[in-house]
Amino acid sequence: MSGAIAVPFRAPVIAVSIAAMLTLAAACGGGAVDDATGGPVAMRRLTESQYRAAIADVFGPEIDVVGRFEPDNRREGLVAVGAAWVSVTPSGFEQYENTALAIASQVVALDARDRFLPCAPRDPSTADPDCAEAILRAIAPRLLRRAPVESDLAARLDVANRAATEHADFYVGVEVLVSGLLVSPEFLFRVELAEPDPGRPDRLRLTDETVASRMSYLLWNAGPDEALLEAVASGAMSSADGLSAELDRMLASPRLEAGVRAFFEDLFRFDAFSSLGKDPIRYPKFSSEVAADAREQTLRVVVDHLVDRRADYRDLFTTPRSFLTRRLGAVYAVPVAPESGWAATTFDVGDPRRGLLAHASFNMLNAHPGRSSATLRGVFLREALLCQTVPPAPADVDFGLFNEDDNPAYKTARDRLGVHSSNATCRNCHALSDPIGLGLEVFDGIGGVRASENGAPIDTSGELDGRPFADTLELGEAFSESPLVGACLVENLYRYAVGREIVNAERRQMRRLEREFEDADHRLHALLRAIVLSPGFRTAAPTPRDDRAPASVASSNRAGREAV
Amino acid sequence: MSKQAPIAITRRAALRSALRGTLGGAAISVGVPFLDLFLDDHGEALAATGAPLPRRFGTWFWGCGMNPPRWNPTVEGRDFALPPELAPIAPVRQHMSVLSGFNVLLGGETNFVHRTGVIGTLCGGAPPSKNDNRGPTLDVLISDEIGGATRFRSLEMAATGVATDSYSGRSEDAKNPSETTPLALYTRVFTNGFADPNAAEFTPDPRTLLRKSVLSAIEEDRKRLEGRLGTHDRARLDEYFTSVRQLERQLELQLSAPPPLEACVVPEAPHAGPVSRDVAHVRENHDAMARVLALALACDQTRVFNMVFSEGASRLHLPGSSDNHHTLTHEEAVDEALGYQVEATKFVMHSMEAWATFVAALEAVPEGAGTLLDNCAVLAHSETSDANSHSVTGLPLMIAGRAGGRLRTGLHVFGAGDPTTRAGLTLQQVMGLRTSRWGLDANATDRPIEALLA
Repeated sequence: MSGAIAVPFRAPVIAVSIAAMLTLAAACGGGAVDDATGGPVAMRRLTESQYRAAIADVFGPEIDVVGRFEPDNRREGLVAVGAAWVSVTPSGFEQYENTALAIASQVVALDARDRFLPCAPRDPSTADPDCAEAILRAIAPRLLRRAPVESDLAARLDVANRAATEHADFYVGVEVLVSGLLVSPEFLFRVELAEPDPGRPDRLRLTDETVASRMSYLLWNAGPDEALLEAVASGAMSSADGLSAELDRMLASPRLEAGVRAFFEDLFRFDAFSSLGKDPIRYPKFSSEVAADAREQTLRVVVDHLVDRRADYRDLFTTPRSFLTRRLGAVYAVPVAPESGWAATTFDVGDPRRGLLAHASFNMLNAHPGRSSATLRGVFLREALLCQTVPPAPADVDFGLFNEDDNPAYKTARDRLGVHSSNATCRNCHALSDPIGLGLEVFDGIGGVRASENGAPIDTSGELDGRPFADTLELGEAFSESPLVGACLVENLYRYAVGREIVNAERRQMRRLEREFEDADHRLHALLRAIVLSPGFRTAAPTPRDDRAPASVASSNRAGREAV
Repeated sequence: MSKQAPIAITRRAALRSALRGTLGGAAISVGVPFLDLFLDDHGEALAATGAPLPRRFGTWFWGCGMNPPRWNPTVEGRDFALPPELAPIAPVRQHMSVLSGFNVLLGGETNFVHRTGVIGTLCGGAPPSKNDNRGPTLDVLISDEIGGATRFRSLEMAATGVATDSYSGRSEDAKNPSETTPLALYTRVFTNGFADPNAAEFTPDPRTLLRKSVLSAIEEDRKRLEGRLGTHDRARLDEYFTSVRQLERQLELQLSAPPPLEACVVPEAPHAGPVSRDVAHVRENHDAMARVLALALACDQTRVFNMVFSEGASRLHLPGSSDNHHTLTHEEAVDEALGYQVEATKFVMHSMEAWATFVAALEAVPEGAGTLLDNCAVLAHSETSDANSHSVTGLPLMIAGRAGGRLRTGLHVFGAGDPTTRAGLTLQQVMGLRTSRWGLDANATDRPIEALLA
């Protein structure tokens, strides 16, 4: 670990902090370091699901994690990127401490301690430094995602043993150990570290611990398990074969599902479900239960398609396979036999419910409380699935032009949006969002299937970047054929993996990853593997640093992604 | 609470039942016996400690503004008629001043719709992007000065039930999340770690010291980490440690008995109502949180607070409508006879009614010779004036409370295009900050609003 430094996360080379320069110069012998492939490393705050996974991994799934978590912050479309920006507020820390205390007291509960802890004290009414140390050595590496540092262990044990003595209770000391780890910045943040590459001293590579942690969060959305930590400790991870073996083991694990779910929940912006509401008069079928089912339906279809069947990502847009509950069946107007639980369903040829875009999850999230929104849906599809930017409406646009929305002569969304598109200021952006959004107008504001609006038939034809489609089904086909769809998944999954925007030095690597994904017939396993083995994933840029307001960097990063 | 002197029990019981009446929801007015024994001869300070009554600062935000011709008063000074959209504040107008004609000056920055107006007022200038602010919000500046003496540096609440509906923060990366229900607010303030200031006995929780020792051990992590981080991540780690210190301070306060506070009455746990953006739910949620907050302030658990009634680009909704407040402001036709958007304006009226309720909730708590409200300064504001055009000129502002006798109320002040930072500077000064100049670029000002200073 000595000599390891974390390269700050902020993209283009603008300024270099003196402290880091000195550290780096010392570490590298002052050599030139300007051609590393990766970007800056990140310090990412754990998400709620990552926190929960850590507790379940280390202590067991029966531990209750109660408490409110600091809200995530979505940046450039991903919470995984925002996690490298957010900090911990006073009320957030208060909550972390509360949660930590509650977990610690469950760990030492009389009926549970033997299950959770590797040893019992000789005398529970006082300190037992040996047992305390054994406990700490068992849990600290898992929670901190690194090998123990002796001075750190000693400091933690000192506090715990003193507490045990003062309170005449060994387990008070254990509570201090556990809660102390759970409020530590190294647990709450994933701190990434880089070091000079011995083979190329002018370059920085991530430490094995950081590579292991990145890989584990990418594949499982959880910290390294014991086997992975062991591979780091033994040095196996330093070799290409060792890394590859761990990678294959983790890709083959059932825990891959949790990782894939976490990525798609982030990409699809499913955190918005927590505050989704609909008008109860217009949508009596809507409830928080049906919303939860819709979210789960999409994740099930994604996991079934990409993980279980290892199918082509592009075919998700046309797949006839789905899963429904009876509640969802009511929204889709499809009978579902089982009264509770999930039923596998295959939609017939010609059924507009085929394919990912027909999912109620997207169609209810990207809509208004009492009506659908072709614009919101179009913007979401462009941004999340095609990696294109749709500019926001100008601040000073005169919306008075569109008051014709209330005109009863305009029965369908297409009629009403047609009025918008007659105006030159609006047309440029609405031309990006609306045509594909209108292709989904057979789904109402909660994703319910309909053929007409206000008595007028719904026309779902349009075009996607020059490729015409006649209806919703053909829109799905157009997505599955779009060259942007695969490339966009590569870009998003890579940004998700490294927790930051793509830097210029990675552009060529990104093209390579796109080709590898194509050559593997767009199988997700192949893409995950290629990302972990790509140089950008395992190296770091040498301290490019931006001491100005981070915003200017974020917006300049964006420039490279504006495809339209 | 169990071993109180008899007289105190009687009077406190009377006070408590009076306030319970208010907490139950019905607006009842009950004279509460005022206890001289707690106060000095001027009725301004606590006799027991000699400390002056605390001053508090808060913000109250609502989304999507108002209709300027129907909201802005036309006459300056004290004798102004309330325009139709201000009619709901009539019962409490003597406790607040109305500010019109103040702007957020863009100074070349983009108007990030539904954001620039609120951040401009709170951070002293237009934000440089949709993700960043150029400094802490006004409440954070003030809590840095006055927030250290209480258990909570500040309390944030969102009547919408969405924790991210908050504008308070040291930076956009450390935005203080909101409490989303009255029960959560109550639980946080009045359960774990709460010591009744008027209880006869005080027994510190033996675990408090233990928790403190855990927190002080974290300092070790700081040494190990700091040298390895870049500027931005070091700043984030600093924010984390600021939060650790805040909790340490909270625990420190819990080790000794709090000084008695006559105004403090511990409420009963509020019941959980429905949480949604249905305006009826939002108002119930808001009113119940306001009542808990008022007692949290009276019990001196915090001196800074921020309430979001609805977020910028308000998604409040009326049952049966296809649209929410925000989409209505853009898409509803202006009624030709009336000259405004009828449906969208209903939300303006709800917002003003809720604001009046909020002010009344602070006024309902007797404190010293007057009420809790007398010792508060609460800035009500929105991100736009006319929401249809996203206007950040002529932003609607109101300041309620007398800040312990430092603010004049009952006035209408016209800003003539001056920056909203004049309000922020005035508030910092009345809260005791030695700020003489505040604001960014064109919004910088050294002129408090003189008319408001008592």
